[in-house]
Amino acid sequence: MISFLLKRLGTFIPTFIGVSIITFLFIRILPGDPIILMAGERGMSDERYAKLMAQFGYDQPLLTQYWNYFTGILQGDLGISFKTKKPVWDEFFALFPATVELSLCAMVFAIVLGLPAGIIAAVNRGKWPDQALMSTALIGYSMPIFWWALLLIIFFSGMLGWTPVSGRISLLYYFPTDTGFMLIDSFRSGQKGAFTSAVQHLILPTIVLGTIPLAVIARQTRSAMLEVLSEDYVRTARAKGLSPFRINGIHALRNAMIPVITVIGLSVGTLMAGAILTETIFSWPGIGKWMIQAIESRDYPSVQGGLMLIAVIIMVVNLIVDLLYGLINPKIRRT
Amino acid sequence: MTTENNPALDTIADAPRPGRLREFWHYFRENRGAVFGLFVFMSFILVAILADIIAPHSPTEQFRDHLLQPPFWQEGGSTQFLLGTDPVGRDMLSRLLHGARYSFFIGLIVVTLAVSGGVLTGLIAGFAGGWVDTMIMRLMDVILSFPSLLLALVMVAILGPSLVNAMFAIAIVLQPHYVRLTRASVLGELPKDYVTSARVAGASTFRLMFITVLPNCLPPIIVQAALSFSTAILDAAALGFLGLGAQPPTPEWGTMLSEAREFILRAWWVVTLPGIAILVTVLAINLMGDGLRDALDPKLKRS
Repeated sequence: MISFLLKRLGTFIPTFIGVSIITFLFIRILPGDPIILMAGERGMSDERYAKLMAQFGYDQPLLTQYWNYFTGILQGDLGISFKTKKPVWDEFFALFPATVELSLCAMVFAIVLGLPAGIIAAVNRGKWPDQALMSTALIGYSMPIFWWALLLIIFFSGMLGWTPVSGRISLLYYFPTDTGFMLIDSFRSGQKGAFTSAVQHLILPTIVLGTIPLAVIARQTRSAMLEVLSEDYVRTARAKGLSPFRINGIHALRNAMIPVITVIGLSVGTLMAGAILTETIFSWPGIGKWMIQAIESRDYPSVQGGLMLIAVIIMVVNLIVDLLYGLINPKIRRT
Repeated sequence: MTTENNPALDTIADAPRPGRLREFWHYFRENRGAVFGLFVFMSFILVAILADIIAPHSPTEQFRDHLLQPPFWQEGGSTQFLLGTDPVGRDMLSRLLHGARYSFFIGLIVVTLAVSGGVLTGLIAGFAGGWVDTMIMRLMDVILSFPSLLLALVMVAILGPSLVNAMFAIAIVLQPHYVRLTRASVLGELPKDYVTSARVAGASTFRLMFITVLPNCLPPIIVQAALSFSTAILDAAALGFLGLGAQPPTPEWGTMLSEAREFILRAWWVVTLPGIAILVTVLAINLMGDGLRDALDPKLKRS
């Protein structure tokens, strides 16, 4: 296990350094002078320009600049946002819980519906439930989610008036947001209706963000189940006269879960990409919306820092998934 | 005996290899969804090519007297604008038809760029081995650790929002998949006897790469190319929707959706129709891709 851990870390560290080099270079190859952009002054004197260059370290050799950037990352320093003049690191982690909350809800939604759908399809292979479920899954997989969001808004918010269109909670409520997770904070506040309002605001974004992972999980569960169901030990279980529930639900599902868990682990990237679109449409105050705003206002330190942190978070999640895997399945450890 | 003067041998050599295409079609045809997808995709290509001829109006001409006119079957609609008009009075049907052209070219160019770059890089990684291989694969790992849409977004933000830059960014983001696939196939083929015999016969590395090994690596690449085609269309539409892809008044489907956003509760057709166009096209390509995978790649189980 230790050699597996070292081996996995051996690919993690170079990738981490590579990600830092790429995000570092992004800001150097930009059109326009970052100093002028940052100061927002026209006709700056040469003296002041030089002073600002020195202040932000742009007058140093590229390698020194990179070294400062890299050590900064390790210490949680990603520079100062052009727009808000606050540290990028603090801005990111202030908004991060909103994205995590939305992504977790979307993942739960996708798993709760996707797993049973895949199992039902596999058990009824070739019959109508299989065909119906897999056609639906393929439609979900092909869905432009930004359009899906608009359709849901037209139907549930416009026609039925059931759900709000934007934000995390109604403006009527105000309470301290200690954890950053609206569901927990609104529940703890004890205000009547606050929790319900938070849930209502979550429903549509959750469906939108969860749609593609749902389709992927359903498809993956089906094919993993089909593979396992043709194995000898399942036939043995059948021959022993075990109930179909025991065979499908316990014997088969347990082994079919391995590839499914990988897919769930790999969905973190999909969720982050989806969060950009979902948060923009529903005005959800998370990382995705913040990144789009940073890009639109050319707030380069925020773009750079955000890109770096998102990539590192995805890498860490994938690392954890891989390590858990090695722990569960000794076969993977040895290869 | 020389083969040149032997008619019997000539015909054998000239005869098409028995049934490669036929075998492919045999398996492909079994999947009804795939055949349906192929049919829709063909119609989509036809529309893309003939958009100028079949569109009733110019996609950018503004009919100022017909703002937000509903489709012809609704009250207030007319057969002059079969699918209605948008907020500045442009014919929806013509814009949708021209949008097919944009989506088709986006898919074509992105896939061509990603496949050619990725396959070349993958071949080099597989053949060179050693530190070249390690460097290339680490770089691909780095690209893959960013969410693709986000990386494309940032690249477009740097290069400036336009359709060309969006296509370029999406191609770069898709490329690592081809590098990995090609390299894995190359590593699988290299130890085989036919490669050794070609090498012993004195084939150059160039010949080994492109003529001996590459054809045997193609099936998974073709499947991936079909799937990338739909990813390219979806991502380009998403970038257009966020205002970073094709710029108005280009009749690109994602851009049309972004322009129509504020009218979602007033005029359902300006929002619904471009989305349906994207969904149907992407769905058809994905159906086709599933069929291709079943027919070309027996390694990926037929399930």
